[in-house]
Formats: sequence, C-alpha cells, structure tokens
Amino acid sequence: MKSKFKNFFKGGLGQLAIPIIAICILVIFNLFRDPSFFSIAIQHNNDGNIVLSGNLISIINGASELAILAMGMTLVTAACGGQDISVGAMAAIAGSAFVKVLKSTSVINGGTVIAGFLLACVVAMLFASFNGTLVSVFKIQPMIATLILYTCGRSIAYWINGGATPTVSSPIINAIGSFIPGIPIPTPVLIVIAVAILFKLVFHFTSLELFTQSVGINGSAARLNGINSTFIKLLSFIILGICVAIAGSIGVSRLGLINHETLLLDIEMDTILAVAIGGNNLGGGKFKISGSIIGAYVIQMLTITLYAMKVSSTDVKAYKAIVIIILVVIGSPVIKSKIQKLISRIKARKQNTIAKGAV
Amino acid sequence: MNNTKKFRREPLTDTQLLMTITICIFVGMYLLAMLLFKGGFLHAQQVFDMLNDNASLIIVSCGLTIVMIGGGIDISVGAVTSLVVMSCVLYLNNGGNIFGSIRLALVIGLAFGVVHGFLISYLEIQPFIVTLAGMFFARGLTTILSVNPQKVDHDSFAALRAMKIEIPWLGYTAKNGNLIPARMELGVVVALVCVLLVFIMLTFFRLGRGFYAMGGNQQSALMLGINVKLTRFISYVLSGLLSGISGYVFMMHTGAGNATNAAGMEMNAIASSIIGGTLLTGGVGNVVGTLFGTLTLTTIKKIVVSSGLNDPWWQSITTGGMLCFFILLQSVVLSRRAKKKKA
Repeated sequence: MKSKFKNFFKGGLGQLAIPIIAICILVIFNLFRDPSFFSIAIQHNNDGNIVLSGNLISIINGASELAILAMGMTLVTAACGGQDISVGAMAAIAGSAFVKVLKSTSVINGGTVIAGFLLACVVAMLFASFNGTLVSVFKIQPMIATLILYTCGRSIAYWINGGATPTVSSPIINAIGSFIPGIPIPTPVLIVIAVAILFKLVFHFTSLELFTQSVGINGSAARLNGINSTFIKLLSFIILGICVAIAGSIGVSRLGLINHETLLLDIEMDTILAVAIGGNNLGGGKFKISGSIIGAYVIQMLTITLYAMKVSSTDVKAYKAIVIIILVVIGSPVIKSKIQKLISRIKARKQNTIAKGAV
Repeated sequence: MNNTKKFRREPLTDTQLLMTITICIFVGMYLLAMLLFKGGFLHAQQVFDMLNDNASLIIVSCGLTIVMIGGGIDISVGAVTSLVVMSCVLYLNNGGNIFGSIRLALVIGLAFGVVHGFLISYLEIQPFIVTLAGMFFARGLTTILSVNPQKVDHDSFAALRAMKIEIPWLGYTAKNGNLIPARMELGVVVALVCVLLVFIMLTFFRLGRGFYAMGGNQQSALMLGINVKLTRFISYVLSGLLSGISGYVFMMHTGAGNATNAAGMEMNAIASSIIGGTLLTGGVGNVVGTLFGTLTLTTIKKIVVSSGLNDPWWQSITTGGMLCFFILLQSVVLSRRAKKKKA
C-alpha cells in the first residue's frame, strides 16, 4: 500500500505536483486563517431558486472562463511552443457577435441564443485561424502573430457594437450566466465540466494528443513521420477559438452586457499563468490539460483568498506576483536538481548510519 | 584574388536589411502624409511633437530591443515605468530633491532588472513568467502607493520641466507674424542619447556582440567562450535600468503620477521593436530601427487622425493592420533569403 502511494507520487503525479501542492498550501493556509472560509450555504437567490453560495463556490464559478481558455491555450502552447495573447480581445469580439444576434430579434428564445453562440463560434474561429495561419504557414512566433489582434481586437469589438455597450436581459441569458432554475450549481461550472469531458473524449477517440505532442517536440521530425504539422498547429488555434467563443459568451451572460474594454480584461496573462502553473512547458511538447485546469483554480483561489483577507482588488496583483514567483522558483530546474541532490545526500547518510549500526 | 574579395561589397545582413526597409517605409509614409494632408506635417514641429510624446516609449523600446536580441522578452517595462513615475512624484511631494528622485528612479529600475535577470538566467525560469510576475508586482505596488492621480508640486522640478530646447531655424511663422521656434523637451535628448549609447554598445563592444551571439545560437555562444548566463543577466539589468530612466522622462512629460500611466506600453514597445526589424527569436535587430519603429507607429496614428477617421476604433485597427503588414513582410523577406542561401 505504502509503495503504491509512493509510486503514485513519483511517477503519476510528476507534472501535476506543483499545482496540487499549491492548492494544498492554499487550503491549509485558509484553514489556519479562518476555517469558515470553506463554509457553503444554501440560499434563495433573487429569482427564488435554491442555490449554493460561499467562497468555494465563487472560486469554482469565477474560474470558469479561465479554465476553459486554459484548456485551449494548453493545446496551442504544446503544438506551437508559444502562447496566444489575443484571447481576451478575441473573447470581446465573440461576445460582441453573440450580443449582435441577440439584439437583432425582439424576443430572445432558445433558438436565438444558439444562433448567437454559433455565430460567435464562427467569428472566433475565423479570427483564430487568422492567428493560426500566421503561425503555421508564415512561421511567425505565436506571441508576435497574436500581438496584432491584441492591439486591435477590442477596437474591432467596439466597431461591431457600433460605439456602444449594449445590454441584453432575458431569463435564458441569466440562466447561462448564473443558475438554471432547479439546479443549485452555477451553470458556468457545468459548462466547464462539459468542455473538459469533450476534451477527454476527443483525446480518447482521436490521436490529437499524440500528434500535438510530437509536433511540439520536433515539428520537422513529426512531418517526416507523416503528420501534417501545419494543420495540427492551425487546428490547435481553431480549438482555442471555440474555447474563446464559449468563454466570451459566458462572460457576456454573467453581466448581461458587452463592454469591449472590460470583458475578460487581462485574462490572457492569467491563462498563460494557469498553463505554466499546471507544469506545462511553455516551449511546447508534452502537456497535461488537467494541470492547466488545476492551475486556473489555483489562480482564482489565490485571488479569492486575498479578497477574503480584505486586500483591495487593485492591490491583489502585487501579492499574486509574489506567490507566482515563489511557485516558479520552487518549480525551476536548478532548484529542483539541488533539492534532489540534497535528498540523495541525506539518504546516503542514513544508509551509512544504518550500515554502521549493523556492524 | 585577395584584392577582388577586398573590394566586393559585403551583402546586407538580415539586421541591416530589415532596418533599411523600416526606415524607407517611414520616410515614404511621412512624405506621402506631407503631400496629402499638408498642414501640420509640413512643420518640423510635428516631428518634435512625435518625439516629445514618445520619448519614454523610445527609451523603453531600447531596453526591450536589447532583451529581444538576446532571445528573451521583458513585459514588465510599462509597469515599472508607471511605478517609477508614481514613487518619484510622491517622493518629490514629500520634500525630496531632484537628485534624490533621479537616484530613486534608477534604483527602482535596477532592482527590477537585477531580480528578473537573476531569476531568468541563474534559476532558468521562463522569462515570460518572471517578467509577467514583475509586471503584476509593479502595477500592484503602484496602486498600493496611491490609487488617486498625484500632481507634482515642486518648484525646481517645475523649472526642470519647463526647460525646453528651442531651435529657431526650424520654427515657423505664425499667422500674426511671430516666429514660433521648434520646441524639444529634455526627455527627447535623454532618449536620443540612450539610443546612441545602446547603438554603440551593441555595435562596437564585446558585450553587445555577445547579445547577438547569445540570441542567434546559445550553444555556439557558449562554445565561443561567452559567459551566457552573465550576458543574459546584464541584458535584463539594462532593460530594467532603461525602464527606470523612461519613468523619469515620462514624469517630466506629464508632471503627474497615475495608476494607469503607461498602460499597454510594453506591447507598444514590443510592436516598435518588431517594426524596427528585431525578431523575437533573437539574434537579429537594431536599436536605430527601433527608434524608427516608434516613429512609424506614431505617424500612422497621426495620419489616421488627419484623414478624418474620427471613430475611436480606427487608430488601433490601423495600427494592427500595419503591424500585420510589417510582420508578414519580415517573414516573407527572411524566408526568401534563407532559400537563396540554401541554393
């Protein structure tokens, strides 16, 4: 039993060690600080539904967009060895397209919402394939290629909105953004679970995971083995585009309005951070989607913990930075090898003493 | 045999080619603007205004160019600039003197540079993550210092701010017959000196050539006997120092500190470097190109305003389009040259 446990930590955890340790540290810290942090209450919300509330719920709920984007970003990172910094701007564009369709009819029903979401998907996929083409066909580094949309994406969203911040109000939109009547779990959480299952299914039934990893590790070797690396890179961007459309639609539904300047502001940096905390190499290659998802929750948990400690929302960034630095320093290759050396030295000393005792 | 080789013109390097393209496009664009829009573009003051407004961006871009040539990235520069502005403003308002504030600016910049450099080169952490954390930290500290905008209230600083270099022969005669000389702020001089120093360092000094070698191929640089770790460390320290200087110049330009100062400056600086012909992969780039990259970005914005596209979204959409054009151009030019070399 014990050896099984040890093996799990040695082999199975590997990459996931850092995010899981980070979550454990945060949980223990909060337990010592204020055990009531974890209390979950059952309340009636304004619409009269029975809903769950509490810090834990707001952590899981608040990180939804981040988790969805982190899943897509992991693929792009693995395939292209770079990151897409335009996800926030693209989400604003997708959200604008979503609202545009909703605004076009007088009555918002299920069909309009689906049509709006599909249009958002198409628009996001178009912009994502623009990024993807620059990266895969023209061989431009992802960060530079996506810098174009980062600069002008939010302005394009403003253009689509026609210089306004339109609002939408409808029970369906409300249900997507907060709670479906009768279900106490926030809807965005359900969407995250659905997307994660979808990713798992795709990886299970196709060889996308293997292909992506081989393209990321050595693109030309993958090409020689018959993998169309250009297509795989493009595909990873398009999948990210779909993720962006989902995240953008959730973001719009949460607030009931589209503000091109503030919708998912600075999310690109948080997304990349989630991927990095998840133990994925930002230079491409092997990846674990689960790591990025946990990374997203680590970030949100940190933020909510800081809020609970009465840190103002503008100051949170400074404390976040300190925690990030500590995490990456622990995970850095130099420190890791030093710790390993230390452990082996201690082990050797122990064996020496045992041997001496035996003599 | 030897003689012919001596007199044959050396082919342009990638760095020189990209820089030449940028300068040509800038000059062409500016001449076109002069012909089409006349007005402001005909006065020399327009160029000086562009320099006045962008002095701090130019300085920051210099630092970023050094880091990018070395194959790294520093996205904390805008946030450090903003932190320097805010802390210097508060220092001056609480009875500090000019020299103290300059020292403070340099120390803050250096501190960020040293920490970044240490974490990146000696602990081998990805530069994007480290400088992202640096950016969060600097932005957070700025708001902790003060959320409200602060105006400098200091006599000798006001005198320093008011000092402007006047060039009468580049001026123009106003409608009432007065000669208005071209005005240039002190910050521009600082910026141009920075560009010159960095250019000299990159071209003639062992350290500067080390940056190119390191960015081009780290393994070969190591085998040439370059201390890669130290070189990388120094590149981030220089970038930090230049952001400190840029913060002071920014304060001399605006005379006030605000939590949202220099927002998005890091991406503008990266864009200027790219337009100027620096590649993010490292090993290729020139700081003079960066200077023209900054000017090109500003000229586009001015042209958009002059051509009557008044909707607020046009400026950044055209900037994005221009960026796209330059990036594609570089990609095509470089891949063609690579093919030629192979053949």
